[in-house]
Amino acid sequence: VAYLCFYSVQLSNMLAAIIMLIFICFCVHFQNTAGQFFSSGHTNNWAVLVCTSRFWFNYRHVANTLSVYRSVKRLGIPDSHIVLMLADDMACNHRNPKPATVFSHRNMELNVYGDDVEVDYRGYEVTVENFLRVLTGRLPPSTPRSKRLLSDDRSNILIYLTGHGGNGFLKFQDSEEISNVELADAFEQMWQKRRYNELLFIIDTCQGASMYERFYSPNIMALASSQVGEDSLSHQPDLAIGVHLMDRYTFYLLEFLEDIHPASKSNMNDLFKVCPKSQCVSTPGHRTDLFLRDPGSVLITDFFGSVRKVEITMEAIHLTDPILQLEDGEEVQEKTYSYVDQLPVSEIIHQKPKQKDWHPPDGFILGLWTLILLVFFKTYGIKHLKHIF
Amino acid sequence: MLMKGNKIRGQLAALSIAAVVIIVGVPLWWRTTETYRAWLPVSQIKQLAKLQLQLSADVEVVFARGTVTPEQQKKVPLTQTQEEEHAVDGDTMLRYRFETRYRTATIMEEDALNKPTAAGADESLHTLSESPCGSLVFYVIPELSLLLPKDTDVYIGQRRTALLRVSSQVGVGRTLEQLLAQLEPRIKQVLQVMSFSHTDVSAVLSDRVRFNPDSKEGIADSMRAFKSSPGYEITFSLLNPDPTSHQLHWDIEGAVQTYIQPLLTKLSPVANFSIDSQTLYYSVLGVKPRFDSSCDAYTLNADSLAHVINPVEARLGSNAASSNPVLNFLLYVPDAHHSPLKIQDHRKQEVPSNAFHSPRWGGIMVYNVNGFYEPEAELPVDISINMAEVMGVFLAQLRLLLGVQSSPPPPGFLVAPRGSSGLADWELDRLMWSRCVENIATATTTITSLAQLLDQISNIVINDNIAEQVSSAVNSLQLAVAELEAGNLKYALQLSKEAILASEKAFFDPSLLHLLYFPDDQKFAIYIPLFLPMCVPILLSLIKMASEARQKRREKLAKKD
Repeated sequence: VAYLCFYSVQLSNMLAAIIMLIFICFCVHFQNTAGQFFSSGHTNNWAVLVCTSRFWFNYRHVANTLSVYRSVKRLGIPDSHIVLMLADDMACNHRNPKPATVFSHRNMELNVYGDDVEVDYRGYEVTVENFLRVLTGRLPPSTPRSKRLLSDDRSNILIYLTGHGGNGFLKFQDSEEISNVELADAFEQMWQKRRYNELLFIIDTCQGASMYERFYSPNIMALASSQVGEDSLSHQPDLAIGVHLMDRYTFYLLEFLEDIHPASKSNMNDLFKVCPKSQCVSTPGHRTDLFLRDPGSVLITDFFGSVRKVEITMEAIHLTDPILQLEDGEEVQEKTYSYVDQLPVSEIIHQKPKQKDWHPPDGFILGLWTLILLVFFKTYGIKHLKHIF
Repeated sequence: MLMKGNKIRGQLAALSIAAVVIIVGVPLWWRTTETYRAWLPVSQIKQLAKLQLQLSADVEVVFARGTVTPEQQKKVPLTQTQEEEHAVDGDTMLRYRFETRYRTATIMEEDALNKPTAAGADESLHTLSESPCGSLVFYVIPELSLLLPKDTDVYIGQRRTALLRVSSQVGVGRTLEQLLAQLEPRIKQVLQVMSFSHTDVSAVLSDRVRFNPDSKEGIADSMRAFKSSPGYEITFSLLNPDPTSHQLHWDIEGAVQTYIQPLLTKLSPVANFSIDSQTLYYSVLGVKPRFDSSCDAYTLNADSLAHVINPVEARLGSNAASSNPVLNFLLYVPDAHHSPLKIQDHRKQEVPSNAFHSPRWGGIMVYNVNGFYEPEAELPVDISINMAEVMGVFLAQLRLLLGVQSSPPPPGFLVAPRGSSGLADWELDRLMWSRCVENIATATTTITSLAQLLDQISNIVINDNIAEQVSSAVNSLQLAVAELEAGNLKYALQLSKEAILASEKAFFDPSLLHLLYFPDDQKFAIYIPLFLPMCVPILLSLIKMASEARQKRREKLAKKD
């Protein structure tokens, strides 16, 4: 009898647990479908993908950026919402044995250059100034739409940087650098003007974690390929092309993203597990304290894809007027159009030379002090040196 | 003696060099290395940061014959003011003020109210007098009036008028105060629908007040409608995936001129619009529709609609040269093998309009043409699209995307069908109120954050044109707030638009890029090689002079002793 009692109690416990579990699952499912509109709060997606290094041996950085570009396009973000900045042209580089291709796998399995790559900033246009201008929106009025980041307060933005970096800086074009403080200030300016709803920042450089240390604006999640003091390593060289094709972190990131499709429900916790130390040699890091939602509830497609919210149109307006017949524009035909002067040559020829800011000539200070010392010694003689020293 | 003269000359030389360096050199260096910062009206900007808006509307309540007794009629011309205050958050406070004027109807208005239908009455009332922007007129009609159908108590017209039916439940001997007290909740209800309400206005401030969990509809509305912008680009696209079967003709120019342009002309105080259209061939939806035998049609269910837009958007292209937001309206004619194509909502019911829209993007309508031709007809078939039907749907979507509220009216209310422009006057007023508040709030936030930014980073150069823009923005903002308080909606909206343009221009000026971050050790590294070789001899000679003077004084003292 005791045994029976015991078993019945156990059974009833299990039953209660199962019922609770089913109930919870049902609740969660219900909330998922009903609350989908409000869970993420964004209506459009943008991506800013930047490769900051030039020269042929930095092939892997361009391949990194192009593979993220490819994944992001495949998951739905259109070209009009992607700002792609490549500091050098690897596909058409003179040293590329396979022109018009950029490979990401050894044995040339995957050509990430593809057929419809739209590079918005190329070559020498990729500078710290242009990058910050794109982020903050302070572009000259003549900038075309494709080169602008026209995000609003309901945009989720993915920012991916790759190149050579150090503790607190990222090198651009081998000649200048952007510091983590400048980047944090740029993000703060974006927040002040509500240019993003949520921001995902991924950086694949040496000591990448130092770049997200200084962020202080809300709703930013950051991932880096290596901690401060560690180097981010490259993955595999290809003997035919002769350079390393990809960096480890982005290689495993690409592998992870290839499994994601637009309806996928993977969340950010899976992204944090990409490339553990055994595969990457460096330790990837992430920062979520500024992010308001729980990373477990953030879908990968919230940033990498572009799943639009949709509402059914319930009502329509009943229109009864017949269509007006427009008068045939004979005047329309008459108007002849002509191109505006592409190069205002007359203006250029007769332009006065631009006033440059005056700078003192080089070596001025040195010359000045030499002069003063010479005059002094001429007047007073060498022996008066002791008055000074 | 000669030594002493030389020594004095040496001391004078050292002193004069030190004097020149300190008096002339240091100020010169300071002036040449400082950044040019034009003056900004910082105190006024700080005042604006505390946003205190007052929205006032004038309401006129007209009593028709039969609603008030003759003795009450004599007392009727009176004015009441209702004020409501809401503090949205620490920095933002909203005050709503309705000034209600009661009067009796004139003879001409009585004639108009005797028309057989409510719509007719509305029209003739409009011809009598036109209410200014933002104000409303309510006509109180007796209970037994035949103007309104049995179960409706309120008729909301196309312009700025409404007809209220008052119930004479209270006995004949009721006083004017009782009548007014009875009317008040009804008037308030109508004002919630026809004029501004706290939920709408605070939904618009979602920028400023981030996490407002008041109402989910408010959040959905604020997410759906485009943000206030000086202009919008509208693109109509016809997608024909099967040109070999269907040759489609649509008179888009005529349709836009007849159906869409009146709405856009009416909305011209709010924003500018530019329209273009295109036809795309061989463009497919990204989702494969499934054949549903129960309704004998191919269906797209609501969950797959979200994935339809992206593949299409990549092909759409954009004609826009400005940075204005783009609204896309797509008309998809399914190919012959997948016709008819119906959209199903979450409950597997057919959607009558066969269309869906995406917040802040645009709308898509599926137009089935399989009924226009016999199955054995010779392909390609010439099909002329019924633009009235199509534009009816697009117009409804356009209204939603621009922020015209869509919530259903309370029970007992009858809303007149929209006129030829698709927008009632009072809806336009509501849109203008919310746009005005949104513009003022956004401009204020922009200006205050710009001032804060310029204050924090001392390296940014502030040119004169930026200072000018900021001053003009501050001016316009102050005037806009004043006009809003006075109830002049049109001027307030215009001024708020000027304010937002000026503030955006100032904030996004390309010259305001703070590019150079100077950490302190870099500053020292630059200046030390310049100044140290100069300062060391001067300092040492001054020290030498001071020690000699001290020694002399000590000797003097010793001598004295």
